[in-house]
Amino acid sequence: MSSHTGQSPGRPPRSILPWLATPALVVFVGFAVVPLVGVFALSFTTWDGIGTIHGSGLDSWRAVLTDPGLPHALWVTFLVMAVSWAVQTPLSILLGTFLAGRQRYRAVLGVVYFIPLMLSSAAIAIAYKALLDPNFGLGAGLKLPLLIQDWLGRPGLAFGVVVFVVSWQFVPFHSLIYQGGVQQIPKSLYEAAQLDGAGRVRQFFSITLPQLRYTVITSSTLMVVGSLTFFDLIFVLTEGGPGDATRVLALDMYKRGFQAGLMGPASVIAVILVLVGLALALLLRRLGGRDAGASQLEGA
Amino acid sequence: MTTTLPEARRPPEAAERGRPHRSPRTTGRRNWAGGLAGWLWLVVVAVPLYWTLITSLKAQSRYYAENPLVPPADPTLDNYRLVIESDFVRYFANSVVVTVGAVVPAVVFSFMAAYAIVRGPRMRVLRAMNGLFLMGLAIPLQATVIPVYLIIIKLQLYDSLLALILPSVAFAIPLSVLVLANFVRDVPKELFDSMRVDGAGEWTTMWRLAAPLTRPAILTVTIFNALTIWNGFLLPLVLTQSPQRRTLPLALWTFQGQYGVNVPAVLAAVVLTTLPVLILYAFGRRQLLSGLTAGFSR
Repeated sequence: MSSHTGQSPGRPPRSILPWLATPALVVFVGFAVVPLVGVFALSFTTWDGIGTIHGSGLDSWRAVLTDPGLPHALWVTFLVMAVSWAVQTPLSILLGTFLAGRQRYRAVLGVVYFIPLMLSSAAIAIAYKALLDPNFGLGAGLKLPLLIQDWLGRPGLAFGVVVFVVSWQFVPFHSLIYQGGVQQIPKSLYEAAQLDGAGRVRQFFSITLPQLRYTVITSSTLMVVGSLTFFDLIFVLTEGGPGDATRVLALDMYKRGFQAGLMGPASVIAVILVLVGLALALLLRRLGGRDAGASQLEGA
Repeated sequence: MTTTLPEARRPPEAAERGRPHRSPRTTGRRNWAGGLAGWLWLVVVAVPLYWTLITSLKAQSRYYAENPLVPPADPTLDNYRLVIESDFVRYFANSVVVTVGAVVPAVVFSFMAAYAIVRGPRMRVLRAMNGLFLMGLAIPLQATVIPVYLIIIKLQLYDSLLALILPSVAFAIPLSVLVLANFVRDVPKELFDSMRVDGAGEWTTMWRLAAPLTRPAILTVTIFNALTIWNGFLLPLVLTQSPQRRTLPLALWTFQGQYGVNVPAVLAAVVLTTLPVLILYAFGRRQLLSGLTAGFSR
């Protein structure tokens, strides 16, 4: 590459620029684009994950689409998405607004809030599993009957726990986004409102919230599209259980493919996952009227 | 804290020309709802963390008998010893190898691609590449894991650390290119011109001019990717098998499978595996946090 350094002034007609982008392109195509195409292809095959792969036409699609497990997984995925959005959004806006204030103690609280963002989903799930254990957990230790429940053993409770732990992990991230949004609102708007005699609550609803419109779209896109990919957390916390109460699409795919050895049907689920993700991203983007970012940050 | 994020994220000239100036929104009156939520959330976040930490220091034989929220009278490190003796040093080394091995190429390649995309806006090849990377932002990693698994088997890389590195690099690229390209775009055009007048080619210009000027962004992207890969669970779960290849999150999970009843030991493992990240957090909080919201700055 260094042989290019001594080139004469004036852009040469054959630029090295495309070559600079090539390494990224090669890895990306090899391990992201090809797999994406591959998952469509695999959905028309039968494969147990070890032996040879046989083409089997629409068998896997037929099997998945007639399986009552699919509507259930879609429903659970939707519920996790909707409920965790509804829990996280108001909380994140409130906390983001709070953190945007310049009092010193708020910055100190912020230091604690953001710790969960650094932890792996696996570590968080394992700590919560221990904490919620009906025999050895925090509730049992405190001898508080209200807290001594079979948290992960009963469908409704397990679902609630999943939503709670998701919020525990991701509310800080979204607060951070809202904090940035609030700090960009021109101060003059508040000064004007104050002159007009608008109170704190009134200011929040007629200035802060409308001004945060794009931030809400960004944050919601990340929450909604990101919720499709909650895997680590739910896998470690409940393994989709009890029964299939928390079996979201991503888990359904893993269990069909890597536990039951049905890679064909698992690929069908993966294709559905991709389509649902793209549809949601496009929908939210249209809603917001501008690019609201990506789906990848969910793992943060 | 409130003033750190934008500065850390963008070069100063960008901050000036773009949006209105930020200013703290103090109106003199108190935000009761926010304050209440703020303190409540502190409790919600801090109690599990505190419980995890103090329980990890209690002896297994006695921890039931004690009040779970009171620190142990005689803290013990036995649980930590058990964790370390369970080969966690190796898992730690594996995590370091995978993280460093994936982040370095991911950031270098992404920077080169970002530079090319910004410098050659009229080249059709580069525009197509950019479009491809942007599309990649919408691909969920989970959905491609089955073909990735197949490719890794075909390459005879199954159950190796390289198997974890390659897909991790690929999935780090789209967001890294997006963020880095935004920053390279902020480098004043005159500087590029003067490099050219001095006879420097693209390769020199990239490393001598663009790289130093976008250093904060490169750092941010590095941190974000490192955190994501360090905490990754699905790829190790699917692409490795033998205990010698485990990375920390996977090791943590199997450790709980083995020692589930020994709650203090499990929690000691949790603390130990998160310690490196928390130490980094203590020293580089600003960069870490700006790294997390990279790409969503507007």
